[in-house]
Amino acid sequence: MPAQEKDLAADVALAARKWQKKRGALIMVLHEIQGRLGYVPREIALELSKQMNVPLARIYEVLTFYNFFELEPPAKYVISGCMGTACYLKGTPQILQEFGRLLGIEVGQTTPDGKFSLTTVRCVGCCGQAPVILVNGEVKSKVSPKDVPHILAECTD
Amino acid sequence: MAGTAIRTIRAKLNGIEVEVPEGTTILAAAEQVHLKIPTLCKHPDLPPTAACGICIVRVKGTSQMPRACCTPLEEGMEIVTHDPEIVEIRRKVLELILSKHPNECLTCGRNGTCELQRLASDFSIREQSLPYIVPDLPVDQSTRTIVLEPRKCIACGRCLTVCQDLQNVWALSFLERGIDTRMAPAGDILLADSPCISCGQCSAHCPTGAIFEYDETEKAWELLRDPDLHCVVQIAPAVRVAIGEAFGYPPGTNLTGKLYAALRYMGFDTVFDTNFGADVTIMEEGTEFVKRFQENQGELPLITSCCPAWVDFMEKYHSDMIEHFSSCKSPHEIVGVLTKTYYCEKRGLDPSKVRVVSIMPCTAKKYEIQRSDDMFASGHQDVDLSLTTRELARMIKQAGIDFASLPEGDADPMLGLYTGAGTIFGTSGGVLEAAFRTAHKLLTGEEFDAIEFHPARGLHGVKEARISVLGKEVRVAVAHGMGHVEEVLDRVRAAKESGDEPAYHMIEVMACPGGCIGGGGQPYGITDSVRKQRAAGLYRDDREREFRRSHENPYVQTLYASYLGKPLSERAHRLLHNSYKPRPTYRR
Amino acid sequence: MTKLQKDELETIAERRRAKRTDWITVGMGSCGLAAGADAVFRALQDGARERGLELDIRKTGCVGACHAEPLVEVDVQGAPRTLYGHVKPEWVDLILDSHVTLKRVVQRLAVPEIAEQRRTCNDHPQPEANRQFKIVTRNCGLVDPEDLEDYIAFGGYQALRRCLFELSPEEVVEEVESSGLRGRGGAGFSTGLKWRLTREAAGREKFIVCNGDEGDPGAYMDRSVLEGDPFSVIEGMTIAAYAIGANEGYLYIRAEYPLAVARIEAAIRSAKLAGLLGRNILGTDFSLNLEVRLGAGAFVCGEETALIASIEGKRGTPRPRPPYPSVSGLWGGPTCINNVETLANIPPILSNGAQWFRSIGTERSPGTKVFALTGKVRRPGLVEIPMGTPLRVVVEEIGGGALPGRTIKAVQTGGPSGGVIPAALLDTPVTYEDLAELGSMMGSGGMIVMDDEDSIVDITRFYLGFCVEESCGKCAPCRIGGRQMLTILERLAEGRGRPEDLDQLRQISKTMKAASLCGLGKSAPNPVLSTLRFFPEEYQRAISASRSNA
Ligand SMILES: Cc1cc2nc3c(=O)[nH]c(=O)nc-3n(C[C@H](O)[C@H](O)[C@H](O)COP(=O)(O)O)c2cc1C
Ligand code: SF4
Ligand code: SF4
Ligand code: SF4
Ligand code: SF4
Ligand code: SF4
Ligand code: SF4
Ligand code: SF4
Ligand code: SF4
Ligand code: FES
Ligand code: FES
Ligand code: FES
Repeated sequence: MPAQEKDLAADVALAARKWQKKRGALIMVLHEIQGRLGYVPREIALELSKQMNVPLARIYEVLTFYNFFELEPPAKYVISGCMGTACYLKGTPQILQEFGRLLGIEVGQTTPDGKFSLTTVRCVGCCGQAPVILVNGEVKSKVSPKDVPHILAECTD
Repeated sequence: MAGTAIRTIRAKLNGIEVEVPEGTTILAAAEQVHLKIPTLCKHPDLPPTAACGICIVRVKGTSQMPRACCTPLEEGMEIVTHDPEIVEIRRKVLELILSKHPNECLTCGRNGTCELQRLASDFSIREQSLPYIVPDLPVDQSTRTIVLEPRKCIACGRCLTVCQDLQNVWALSFLERGIDTRMAPAGDILLADSPCISCGQCSAHCPTGAIFEYDETEKAWELLRDPDLHCVVQIAPAVRVAIGEAFGYPPGTNLTGKLYAALRYMGFDTVFDTNFGADVTIMEEGTEFVKRFQENQGELPLITSCCPAWVDFMEKYHSDMIEHFSSCKSPHEIVGVLTKTYYCEKRGLDPSKVRVVSIMPCTAKKYEIQRSDDMFASGHQDVDLSLTTRELARMIKQAGIDFASLPEGDADPMLGLYTGAGTIFGTSGGVLEAAFRTAHKLLTGEEFDAIEFHPARGLHGVKEARISVLGKEVRVAVAHGMGHVEEVLDRVRAAKESGDEPAYHMIEVMACPGGCIGGGGQPYGITDSVRKQRAAGLYRDDREREFRRSHENPYVQTLYASYLGKPLSERAHRLLHNSYKPRPTYRR
Repeated sequence: MTKLQKDELETIAERRRAKRTDWITVGMGSCGLAAGADAVFRALQDGARERGLELDIRKTGCVGACHAEPLVEVDVQGAPRTLYGHVKPEWVDLILDSHVTLKRVVQRLAVPEIAEQRRTCNDHPQPEANRQFKIVTRNCGLVDPEDLEDYIAFGGYQALRRCLFELSPEEVVEEVESSGLRGRGGAGFSTGLKWRLTREAAGREKFIVCNGDEGDPGAYMDRSVLEGDPFSVIEGMTIAAYAIGANEGYLYIRAEYPLAVARIEAAIRSAKLAGLLGRNILGTDFSLNLEVRLGAGAFVCGEETALIASIEGKRGTPRPRPPYPSVSGLWGGPTCINNVETLANIPPILSNGAQWFRSIGTERSPGTKVFALTGKVRRPGLVEIPMGTPLRVVVEEIGGGALPGRTIKAVQTGGPSGGVIPAALLDTPVTYEDLAELGSMMGSGGMIVMDDEDSIVDITRFYLGFCVEESCGKCAPCRIGGRQMLTILERLAEGRGRPEDLDQLRQISKTMKAASLCGLGKSAPNPVLSTLRFFPEEYQRAISASRSNA
């Protein structure tokens, strides 16, 4: 086994072992894997199926049901506009449009260089700060389209 | 709860009083008083999935509209099953479903047998006021046994209940959610790359044309049309008691004679019977058992291997059991290989010009005929084509045969005459019972006096029995439906690990609930009552046979005397036996 | 902390109260953090250290005044307790020098209108008219959510102590039953009755589950409580578990709330260390283990049977009821599922008694309700009001009314399952019954204000779009009906409506309400039906616009 895959298997084994005594832990294990890798690769799903004795079909049923899980590696900067009601009313669509215009992509897409992707979330509970956007999970509050170039400029390294 | 008597519920349906045991659904209660509530996702054979909403009824005096298929009737309830509003809602549900369904009945495999089409007809759906939103999803024919056509899926969930809960295979799943919900193998691979064992139970339960047997009727016609070919056909035990359902006969009607006649009429040159092969299987498997039991040659328990879906399941999930498997081929493969060797030799036919077509209750047989090199033991593919009962029914109709008025015909006896033991192969417990009839003779030199072995019969998921033979206890088990296999195998493993006596001496396993009579390629509408009737048909056939034990079959005796020698002889081994290997569950 | 015994709670509380003299709190809920509270907190710590001030600087959860975040509250001897809003790190020096050192309140930064609204059941036995009254959020913004002793100092765990040592489980159920508390997760089912059913159900293993999925977009009541006062939820669950006979419990929290998850997990750990969870709680023979399970972005998982499936590690698809979870839930065992807010009500009810609780709110809807007031109001925030308070009070008095130069058009309650209430009906009292009568519902507590700039048809399309995206896809009426309705609403929102559209919307709505399997599909048409009822002219305009174009 190549070293990298060995690490992968070890990672899965670790996550699986941590939860092995708990019932119904599949989703928690997937959270852990996604937390580490940003997505759930197929090899991991296969490995997990063996380690946890859960059918692969069940794993994919779960992975594709829940919005949170990704099957592809994420972009370096994931920009998510909150499309909860409060943020929607206060202008998330306009902000997303501005991001899209500057990045040349639409919501749901990733820039060709893999640096930015544009998505939506449903309310992160900061509705009083609406409209909010998330950059790699970090909440930016009371955003206006004018702030967009600035936010993009901060995404360097 | 143990000991407590089940309460009786009194309620009213459309004003009619009913009394039913507690827990009875509104749907079942309605049936008792001859009210028919429309259903779509509910299959009488399966627990409710509650997915369609067509079966809603009204609780009088409330705003509640429960689903009849999954809601238990409660004391004092007054249910209205039909009123203009309910019908309007049901029709709208149907319209919604049809708006996400391709309008392709004419070219659909389920044209005429489709439950959705039937409802659309019953509800006089005459227009579609909603735009079509049919997804563009590819057809998957990769297994060449089962075809998935997910565009036609109405997400009733039956196939998942079957494949995941009943069969414990988990080849199919629902992916995504909402309007994008799709029936697909895990992670969008091809079915052939999934753990699918081709049992076809999904196709037997799907209400629509979304899962379908791989149709090879045209290939069969091609063979029959070719003047240079000598076409041989055989029919499996379970086919004869089920095919009638496609022609309006009640389940269990034994139509062997008509089938022979129809097959000849269609142009088959020789008509054999898989039941003969079953008799040979018993000779081989019975002898194998005796060797293992009496002479300690090989592992106990001996596990039956005539169900290819089970073989596939074992190779994928339980390969530690390989040494327990009988190496004997399945009956139709035996007829196939003997046709291209023994029969050709005796008749002076060139086996390269002979084609063998099997008519099977089974979709997995389509896979089996090419599953390994062993299936080419004659030097040719032993069985060239395997059709399901449903395909044959369609061919009979295409051939313009008036099945009902057809006089009975005969099989060619050389590989066609069969015993009662051969015929009961088609039902769960039958292989074990048949094997025992012969093994007893082989072990004791005497016939098993009570020829019928009732503990092996019936629809209980796992059946167990102990029989005393020559002062020794023989423990046997019968499992059918892949979901029931695990518990039996676990007992075998536990005994093995602790070094105890083997948990069993012989185990019969069939992938389909009820065995082949409930096979994935049988006519639609399987329920336990249909299973019982079909099984009863086979047991009746058994009782009416001149010979009821495989070793009594004169043509089997001739076969051994003139060609094979003894069971397990070198030639028998080469032609009638095969081997197994572990297979990966996911190829990708 | 060593495992606590019965009588040590009081000692801790007193010790803590004595210690608490001069203090500053910083609101550090996730939104406070998003607004920059962390920098303010650090500046305060640095400033205090530099000045050598003896100050208890504490992180708290939600204060409830989201519009004025970051919020800092200062209480030092010699100066009135003061709440500062919109605090920036650069103002910290001023606050420390002026307020803390010179005892002079910085009036310019104070937000008295918020402080004025704060009436909590900890120090006020009864609500006052037109004011908030905090039972559920009594500790939010006051207590340090990461400090168990602080919670105890605010009266925490007195209720559990009373239950374990003075009441039998049956008596606890009776008390909750007679309080009239109704589930705050939306449906308003009697909590006491639910406990009774679970208690009386046969089953070896029973479970208590806290529903912290809060999928309603634009609502964050549960997040604020989980983040701001986690022990209150845990105490509520512990009491519930004692009452129904469960020894195992789960908190199902949405993954979008990482801070809530972290705070709850920390709280479970400290409660366990203190012997308030785990084996032999407070030295009795009652034991309870709690575990957190994360949601993963599926609104439908708030529905109780879907939530169960999700905890079991499956797709979150609902199943038919009966059997209800109280009879057959998690792994087939009787399971009591309660909302976060419901559970946070439990400790005050058991400390102060059912009669006290009944005296607040209305006859059929006792107690308070927390709302997340957002949208087009001046002071969006988290508000808690006695049931029966008119909507107008919430929107105008507490929320400060319309934004400058605008007029309020409608208020939406109940989120995607609720309805839109036109401004003309703002005098409607907030109770389960009154909202249902208007075709809306209490829901979990989202309250979104719309003004003359907002298009009713567009907002309806928005809500339906949400339900379509969140439909689990299990049942045909919701899966396909929602999508077909959305197509029509998209057309209408773009002004391309057809005359037959409204009829079609009504027909599909009726079908979805009747034939959908779960509450999501059954209530998804509510926004459509309520807007068709109250704003027919906006729909007509969408149709005639397309006709005049043609
Ligand atoms: C689609 C749907 C979403 C729901 N979401 C939530 C939720 O986010 N939080 C919640 O507490 N209850 C939610 N519920 C209600 C729960 O099913 C359940 O009634 C509630 O958790 C019971 O707790 P309670 O009695 O304390 O209100 C939802 C119901 C439906 C149908
Ligand atoms: S599945 Fe049924 S309704 Fe659909 S095209 Fe085929 S026959 Fe017609
Ligand atoms: S059913 Fe109707 S559409 Fe189909 S073939 Fe007959 S006439 Fe044509
Ligand atoms: S054929 Fe059998 S194993 Fe294959 S998908 Fe269908 S039910 Fe599952
Ligand atoms: S494939 Fe058939 S059985 Fe399976 S969900 Fe779709 S319609 Fe139902
Ligand atoms: S076991 Fe079933 S499929 Fe196999 S040969 Fe016998 S009847 Fe046919
Ligand atoms: S039980 Fe019979 S019909 Fe079913 S898969 Fe096995 S051999 Fe085929
Ligand atoms: S809800 Fe409001 S007060 Fe509470 S933390 Fe969030 S912003 Fe602050
Ligand atoms: S109503 Fe919607 S969310 Fe609920 S079960 Fe049906 S499809 Fe799923
Ligand atoms: S609506 Fe955007 S955070 Fe809630
Ligand atoms: S601003 Fe986030 S909850 Fe108020
Ligand atoms: S038949 Fe009852 S829901 Fe489909």
